Amino acid sequence: MSRLPGGLIDRGRTHSFTFDGKAYHGHPGDTLASALLANDVRLMGRSFKYHRPRGVFTSGSEEPNALVELGTGARREPNTRATVAEIYDGLVANSQNRFPSLSFDLMGVNDLFAPFFAAGFYYKTFMWPASFWEKVYEPIIRRAAGLGSLSMDADPDAYDKGFLHCDILVIGAGPAGLAAALTAARAGAQVILADEDFRLGGRLLSETHRLDDAPAQNWIESLEAEFDGLPKLRVMRRTTVFGAYDHGVYGAVERVADHLPDAGTGVRQTLWRITAKRTVLAAGAHERHIPFANNDRPGIMLAGAMRAYANRWAVSAADKIAVFTNNDDGHRTAIDLAAKGVEVAAVVDTRSWAKSRGDYPFYPGATVSNARGRTGLVSIDINYAGGTERLECGALGVSGGWNANVHLASHHRARPVWREDILSFVPSGHGGPPGLSAAGAATGRATTHAALNDGARVAAVALSDLGIDALLPDLPKAEDEPATSQPYWHVPGKGRAWVDFQNDVTVKDIELAHKENMRPVEHLKRWTTLGMATDQGKTANVTALAIMASLTGKPIAKTGTTIFRPPYTGVSISVLGGGDSGQNFRPRRLTPTHVWAAENGAEFVEAGQWLRAQYYRQPGETDARTSVDREAAAVRSGVGICDVTTLGKIDVQGADAGAFLDRLYCNAMASLPVGKVRYGLMLREDGFAYDDGTCARLGEDHYVVTTTTANAGLVYRNMEFSRQCLWPNLDLQLISTTDAWAQIAVAGPESRTLLSRVVDGVDLSNQAFGFMACRELTVCGGLRARLFRVSFSGELAYEIAVPSRYGNALMTQLMEVGADLGVTPYGTEALGVLRIEKGHAAGPEINGQTTAQMLGLGGMVSRKKDAIGSVMSRREGLVGDKRKLVGFVPVDRQKRIVAGSHLFSLGARHATETDEGWITSACHSPALDSFIALGFLENGSQRLGEVIVAANPLEGSQVSVRVASPHFVDPEGARQRA
Amino acid sequence: MKYSGFRVVAEALFGHKGWKPLWRDPDPKPAYDFVIVGGGGHGLATAYYLAKTFAEKRIAVLEKRWLGSGNIGRNTTIIRSNYLLPGNEPFYEFSMKLWEGLEQDLNFNAMVSQRGILNLIHSDAQRDAYRRRGNAMLLAGADAQLLDREAVRRMYPYLNFDNARFPIKGGLLQARAGTARHDGVAWGYARGADLRGVDIIQNCEVTGFQIEGGKVVGVETSRGPIKAKKCGVCVAGSSSRVMEKAGMRLPIESHVIQAFVSEGLKPTINGVITFGAGHFYISQSDKGGLVFGGDLDGYNTYAQRGNLPVVEDVARCGMALMPAIGRARLLRNWGGIMDMSMDGSPIIDRTPIEGLYFNGGWCYGGFKATPASGYAFAHLLSTDAPHPTAAAYRLDRFARGYLIDEKGAGAQPNLH
Amino acid sequence: MLIPHPLLGPRDAEEFTYMGDASLIARPSASDPGAEQAFSDYVYLRDNPAGVHRELWFHEAGDRSWIVVTRNTLTHEILDAQLARDVALASAAEAGE
Repeated sequence: MSRLPGGLIDRGRTHSFTFDGKAYHGHPGDTLASALLANDVRLMGRSFKYHRPRGVFTSGSEEPNALVELGTGARREPNTRATVAEIYDGLVANSQNRFPSLSFDLMGVNDLFAPFFAAGFYYKTFMWPASFWEKVYEPIIRRAAGLGSLSMDADPDAYDKGFLHCDILVIGAGPAGLAAALTAARAGAQVILADEDFRLGGRLLSETHRLDDAPAQNWIESLEAEFDGLPKLRVMRRTTVFGAYDHGVYGAVERVADHLPDAGTGVRQTLWRITAKRTVLAAGAHERHIPFANNDRPGIMLAGAMRAYANRWAVSAADKIAVFTNNDDGHRTAIDLAAKGVEVAAVVDTRSWAKSRGDYPFYPGATVSNARGRTGLVSIDINYAGGTERLECGALGVSGGWNANVHLASHHRARPVWREDILSFVPSGHGGPPGLSAAGAATGRATTHAALNDGARVAAVALSDLGIDALLPDLPKAEDEPATSQPYWHVPGKGRAWVDFQNDVTVKDIELAHKENMRPVEHLKRWTTLGMATDQGKTANVTALAIMASLTGKPIAKTGTTIFRPPYTGVSISVLGGGDSGQNFRPRRLTPTHVWAAENGAEFVEAGQWLRAQYYRQPGETDARTSVDREAAAVRSGVGICDVTTLGKIDVQGADAGAFLDRLYCNAMASLPVGKVRYGLMLREDGFAYDDGTCARLGEDHYVVTTTTANAGLVYRNMEFSRQCLWPNLDLQLISTTDAWAQIAVAGPESRTLLSRVVDGVDLSNQAFGFMACRELTVCGGLRARLFRVSFSGELAYEIAVPSRYGNALMTQLMEVGADLGVTPYGTEALGVLRIEKGHAAGPEINGQTTAQMLGLGGMVSRKKDAIGSVMSRREGLVGDKRKLVGFVPVDRQKRIVAGSHLFSLGARHATETDEGWITSACHSPALDSFIALGFLENGSQRLGEVIVAANPLEGSQVSVRVASPHFVDPEGARQRA
Repeated sequence: MKYSGFRVVAEALFGHKGWKPLWRDPDPKPAYDFVIVGGGGHGLATAYYLAKTFAEKRIAVLEKRWLGSGNIGRNTTIIRSNYLLPGNEPFYEFSMKLWEGLEQDLNFNAMVSQRGILNLIHSDAQRDAYRRRGNAMLLAGADAQLLDREAVRRMYPYLNFDNARFPIKGGLLQARAGTARHDGVAWGYARGADLRGVDIIQNCEVTGFQIEGGKVVGVETSRGPIKAKKCGVCVAGSSSRVMEKAGMRLPIESHVIQAFVSEGLKPTINGVITFGAGHFYISQSDKGGLVFGGDLDGYNTYAQRGNLPVVEDVARCGMALMPAIGRARLLRNWGGIMDMSMDGSPIIDRTPIEGLYFNGGWCYGGFKATPASGYAFAHLLSTDAPHPTAAAYRLDRFARGYLIDEKGAGAQPNLH
Repeated sequence: MLIPHPLLGPRDAEEFTYMGDASLIARPSASDPGAEQAFSDYVYLRDNPAGVHRELWFHEAGDRSWIVVTRNTLTHEILDAQLARDVALASAAEAGE
């Protein structure tokens, strides 16, 4: 088959491409489907269940059959519709879901066993023996199912995401959409015109309709020229608006580079979030077919698609074609193809009253009842009152009427309504996305004249809603022939007649669903898998529910549709992610001393979004524990420094700051003297502990609250809630300063000596600046700073804060001036060891499931005042929980205890009922030269000295541990007060 | 009619003439012993076990729309018993054991497939928390394995091991977990209940309760009043709306969770994988679709649809975890309404109104609970005593302070 | 979704963090008799209406205002938005009278 005359392809240039390894040629303007047809390839795919040979069925994104794997290597894209894939030079496509080849597919054997594979058969068998499901049946089913395959290599392409705003979003650039965009753009509105196709024009590109007695292409080109001069109009080709979301937000994907041999360094696709004040849905209509026996032969396609291939792409699937229709539109296919020199062997019209409209053999009141040709159509059977006739033809165009494309209009679970006069569902006009109005064929106004004028009218109404005056443009004179159609849903007969091609749902399956009482449309869908294939049943669903309606005797309007869900057509997971993968998955927060740490051998660890130094590996240290033990020991014997910037810092200022904090902490804060710090515990309103930290009073009206790293955002949010919503009359303000201050812990017996060398003329002696003191001061010759004498390690210790940009410099300075003291940087691991040795609770203990009482902090919950959570903390379930935070030392000190072990009395059975608690934190303690742990144990504080079992059956270990005070080091607290 | 391979073959050879309806469409009778409100998974399972295990008679299931039209028909099909707390784990393990014998019990292939669930570990703290959980699972008689990074890599080599923002450090595997065909579960229970005489009445909306002297005596419905000795409500997603008709306020908010399925693909993902550094989980159905999801949208809603930010975040998480799925296309995305309870755990209990029983608050974990929920609710309805594994699911646990808060998130439903 | 911020105009809902029913503004008094019951209801029970719902949103990635948004939970239509502090002050003033 050579090319027909005409068409919108650039014959001056040629693209080479391969399909299943065989080389072919096409032209710019071709899709893979049109180019394959032009190369006499009719067989393009295999169906899902029966692996039936299939050819292209449509000329657009609703394609059920012609699915291919496009591209190679990591760029291989399965299930790509050949009908929308633009060809480029070097394109590589392969067929899928077949073995070993498309023309000879061993899985085609399924078709022979089709009677056994009726709708829902798998629910009724494969049950014995039970173990065979996972081992035998299911692997076979899984291998046979699926369509294309992923390479399972990481997608190498770049993706992007952007936001757009407009007055009017026009979806679809056919006659209605073009008229709408023209009307809105001329009125001066901000307009976006988006179309999934690479050319503007929609159905005009596929018809021979004339506008103002000239080819439609002339009008489209004149519009494109005008559009170029309208700066507030953004035309987005290759852009699919896939979903309608709340408040005028639409999701769209622009295929930026899919049509190029090489995207270069650019992005492949862009995800757009479009916010539109008003939307005109001009998405056109989809043709439906008429099921008859063996109607899935390659070469059988929608009549409108056959016409599109001839008119737009100058190809015909065969030299000799026929048409099967129940409406006038089908005749256009015969007329157009005949005009291109293709032999029209027959037009078969179900309507006995229909008239011939051209010079072709005409069969009114007749049907096509069968088709032959396994891998390509050879002949059809025509059934008419007088008998049956076999007719040879290589392609058949089928038209069962047109369904308005109501998809996006139904995205808010709006239900379209059935219009018996045009035999189509149309948007009901209510319940759909607010601000969206359908125009043209998408709402049943389908002649070119009606579509043009409806597009302009709907746009003008939308503009007037927005207070923008619009003039209706002069639109070209166009055909306005009313479509007449007969409700004719399938050809009765013995053979299998496909309704949903891709998922192999036949009329018989629908009849079986009816027989088995799977009658509601949702049951029909789920029992038969109707409409669940990659095309979401765009060419199948209405026909299927019409057949079900006829079986139940209920009208189509009462039968209804299933729910329309986004996306309108498939959207790659890559582009939905907007390109934020790999290291860009989440922002990375670096501490102010990060550069210094990196230069000094730090291993980093994720702490939420933060990266923190976990430990500093020194030369010769081969395992982490050596480094951690060294760092922890250095703090106990000398001085260590650690970046603790990640702890949340919240400035609380105002006359009522103290009163406010009294209501936030379960313990008292208003009574805190100026220049002092107090440990504070916060409860949730439900009475459970949720965060702890220090609260420092820098001035009469000025407190600084610290939080844990993990809860910095949550505590701040809750504090703002308390301030704005609970106690709006209190006089105070809050601000998070976590990022404003670099904070460094300086801990160990030599910490005072070290700090004295950087502070400017401040007496740090115990008398002048005792335990839990705080003040503002300057360091290093005038740099403002805050100093807090707090200790997480139990040693004499401080935390010093300087503006963030000086964090790195302060770290360097401390290391320099402390060299003779052996100052040692330590990371989060040593920090953890030191706090476990000291028995300080942290994230594993304050995990949202534990109470102040369990933490041994029950006494902090003041009964004298109301604070968040204090009332609810007194409920019986909380008070009655006798588990207490205690310490554990293994009986054999060199035996490791692991966090996550469960606790049992000696000799007890290990089961849920006998479970007495769990290990929360564990480490090796260099101070004790022993493994140690913290955990919650039933009546723990009364069991000190008892030997129990920490069991970790998950890893097959258990260890005998002695219950101990959680304060392993310096329980009297002398060191931190030194 | 018994289903079997033999029957499928026989029917195929004789033109599928002998198949019978899976269930009847009876008209409601004036009175029943038990009226179950809600023809979803839990309601149908409750009716099934009431009839089968507890030998009760005169049972009706009232469904507002078509049976299985609630969350049983729009979930991501995961079954598992990997819970931490003693209030939960024995219940879910009981459910898992019922799943393991479900198809033979129902004579219906619900495609229970024990392909394993892997919770990925990204930090030492997470490993400790998962170790505690894994041990809790073993102690309750379930199965669990703690995997290191290399073991995870052997299972799923295409996860992002080399360029991840949050590196994979291991995983907690429950090999007996997996998936089941969600609609099949509803249909299996419906058919089983129908065969045992339960009237499943579709298109029958309960519009009110008849309460006399603090006791429920029947329900008002869109198909007329129906008397009932006992009335069990299983309408997760609509619990507040239905119980409000009995004058009750619940510790529940309704939220949407979105779910996603890709186009069909040849099998690549064998089991279920969850990604805790973001909000993401994924499996692959027998048909080949990648089935995945993420976090709640986060706001109260009854709209059964969500918004783009969560769609994008779920895709972003998927790409961060397994960039090899990037060129698969999202086929369909939907939303289901969750009964988000105040501690993230369900309620199966009597109510202050005699004869009125409530089952709800399943958050986004109701599907896996279907067998045990039905069994335990039937137990409660028939014997007026809670099933031992569901004894903690009391309504008064909130006021009394016996929370079952797996996440430790407190009384904010969208954090569970 | 777009939240009509009373000060900043329409803002993408992604900038906000959602908390729940605006009744959380009306925290019970701890000193009242029956406080435990009142707190239990306050913390745990919700009307959870299918329809108009007054709810709290926090402009976390914005100006850090808490907003009371009146929104329909069936359609997501937003009917009103006020600064939560204004709502709280108004109800405090009312309670004071």
